[in-house]
Amino acid sequence: MKRSTATARRRAGPEDGGKGMKMTGAQALVESLRREGVEVIFGYPGGSLLPIYDVLYDVKDIRHILVRHEQGAAHAADGYARASGKVGVCMATSGPGATNLVTGIATAYMDSVPMVAITGQVPTFAIGKDAFQEADITGITMPITKHNYLVNDAAMVPRVVKEAFYIAHTGRPGPVLIDFPRDVQQAELEFRYPESVDLPGYRPVTAGHVKMIERAAELIDGAQRPVIYAGGGIIAADAQAELIALAERADMPVTTTLLAKGGFPETHPLFLGMPGMHGTAYANFALHEADVILAVGTRFDDRVTGKLDMFARNARFIHVDIDPAEIGKNVSAVLPIVGDAKNVLGALVKKVSANKHPEWRATIEQWRKQYPMGWKGDGLKPQYIIQEIHRATEGKAIIATEVGQNQMWAAQWYPCTEPRQFITSGGLGTMGYGFPAAIGAQVARPDRVVWDIAGDGSIQMNIQEMATAVANKLPVKIAVLNNGYLGMVRQWQTLFFKNRLSYTDLAVGTPDLVKLAEAYGAVGIRVTEESEVRGAIEKAMSVDDRPCLIDFMIVRDENVMPMVPAGGTVDDMLVD
Amino acid sequence: MKHAISVLVNNRPGVLARTAGLFARRGFNIDSLAVSTTQDPGVSRMTIVVEGPDQILEQISKQLYKLMDVIKVLDHRDEPVVNRELALIKVDADAANRAEIMQIVTIFRANIVDISERTFTIEVTGSADKVDALVGLLRRYGIKEMMRTGRIVLSRGPRTA
Repeated sequence: MKRSTATARRRAGPEDGGKGMKMTGAQALVESLRREGVEVIFGYPGGSLLPIYDVLYDVKDIRHILVRHEQGAAHAADGYARASGKVGVCMATSGPGATNLVTGIATAYMDSVPMVAITGQVPTFAIGKDAFQEADITGITMPITKHNYLVNDAAMVPRVVKEAFYIAHTGRPGPVLIDFPRDVQQAELEFRYPESVDLPGYRPVTAGHVKMIERAAELIDGAQRPVIYAGGGIIAADAQAELIALAERADMPVTTTLLAKGGFPETHPLFLGMPGMHGTAYANFALHEADVILAVGTRFDDRVTGKLDMFARNARFIHVDIDPAEIGKNVSAVLPIVGDAKNVLGALVKKVSANKHPEWRATIEQWRKQYPMGWKGDGLKPQYIIQEIHRATEGKAIIATEVGQNQMWAAQWYPCTEPRQFITSGGLGTMGYGFPAAIGAQVARPDRVVWDIAGDGSIQMNIQEMATAVANKLPVKIAVLNNGYLGMVRQWQTLFFKNRLSYTDLAVGTPDLVKLAEAYGAVGIRVTEESEVRGAIEKAMSVDDRPCLIDFMIVRDENVMPMVPAGGTVDDMLVD
Repeated sequence: MKHAISVLVNNRPGVLARTAGLFARRGFNIDSLAVSTTQDPGVSRMTIVVEGPDQILEQISKQLYKLMDVIKVLDHRDEPVVNRELALIKVDADAANRAEIMQIVTIFRANIVDISERTFTIEVTGSADKVDALVGLLRRYGIKEMMRTGRIVLSRGPRTA
């Protein structure tokens, strides 16, 4: 007879004092997840996870979402984490199951997303013997996890799970992997859940240095042309309110990176748009002309800076980041401040003087008028489609994206006002991310409309998750901007490789996506004319019990503009 | 420029791989690496010698601190240290040059720890410079084989990590 884990919950734990409750490693894992408040696991079973899945068979208070490919599990856990702020949990068996998680783990690592990945492993006695479905997943994921564990003794389970969650969501968040051999899942232990962690090598600094914050305030007060360059740290630290307060008090225009979208309301008069390769011209000019830049929770990524030694060369940088290793990695800051964006900005608001920069603001408005965002030409345009989705959702949808042109158009044409509204693979640039991430986001936020903005290339990379969405009645909407190309690569070939379109034409072979959606039991709609766009979006919005895919047959040769070519400067910017 | 960094880490399986892997993927060149347990059996100490400009030390130290198993990193830039390396050098030694080699060994306060009809095996301890100097002098006799432990370093005086 199986032991009820609910009973285990009542009886075990340090509050009982003395002896813990006897249970198996698998039961201890599930009980530990429960103690961490886990509500959802995205997973896929397999031989090395059988004992854990056997425990899950009776568990009612943790929802398990069965994906159709382990990569989908990792991205869904990531989307869940980004939409909710909680730690996402995914699970896969040993060997190929574990290696299929790798892209998803790397995606989460690059974008600092809190995640715990649990993998089955062959029994301890078989490790290192090239056993069936054995892969050294702790070795493989060493460079793409914040930390990882091989649990070789069942007694370690409560401590390891406690530490894994603590590490995943504190400091600079990131993925943690727990590799769990099958015999350890079956071994017995006395379960006591630790109340605290003991990690002498891990002490994230969250409060900024007071003296440095004072000096930063002086620098901001003295600036003529200040700009705030805000990154994903704003979202991770939940610092939107502090950012708005500081920007308004010091009258500093704000540019938010792709990962910070929604970290500052895009409707705000101080908002400059996105910086970098496909950012607004005025954001890039503002950075170029700024005399003081407050960079918060951002890592001076090459897609933002272009040619590094020419980036914002008139500016002195104040660099705030929770990860000390980011400070001085790409640029040297006159004022480095290690700390959490919320704490540091909150402290900074109290120190800066109320200020006005009418000349600077007028200059920026001039650029805004001179180089507005827009598009030219006729036909079914991707920018228009995204604007219409924005209109139909009143700007309140959660937007997930794939990677490439679809991602950049979504970033440019769906203004966000709230954090955790825009979910995209920024650092790793993972095609196939958006749809499973949208599934995770919909699970985290059943109250919200979730759209995945996709391309015809990337949607096919994890299309199998349509089954997951159908089975779980998740009404995710997918807008495929179908141009029959691997669009962003095609754009680069056109612009930089004499239009030699080497292997980027996907038109032949792409299935009828409407029929494909229908084959899965989802709703499929095709749109070929601009006049059909609104009706199709309305129809998609009315579907509430299954996914709905709209195949928008957009003009084939549209480019994402403006564009600063890789390694270029604002002077190299193409505007149309 | 070569820099010696001391890294105190949890004495757990995989920690060496984590540390060495970090150097490899961040493009920091390891010149030598020595590792052993310390007075505390739960803690290992590594001395890692890296080559690169001064600025690289700060980035290495910050990246090392991101590893959960790293407890402390010292770059010894602003303090005197005791700095030692041990080498075993097997050198050709025939009747004609034995006396000469023995003289060199004496001057370097090194030891001959093995002898055969045609070779000496010399043990030398000292700073990397001293070992380099001895190796340089012995080269003309013909070094057949050698192994250096890599530098190990402790701070001078009562200071501890």
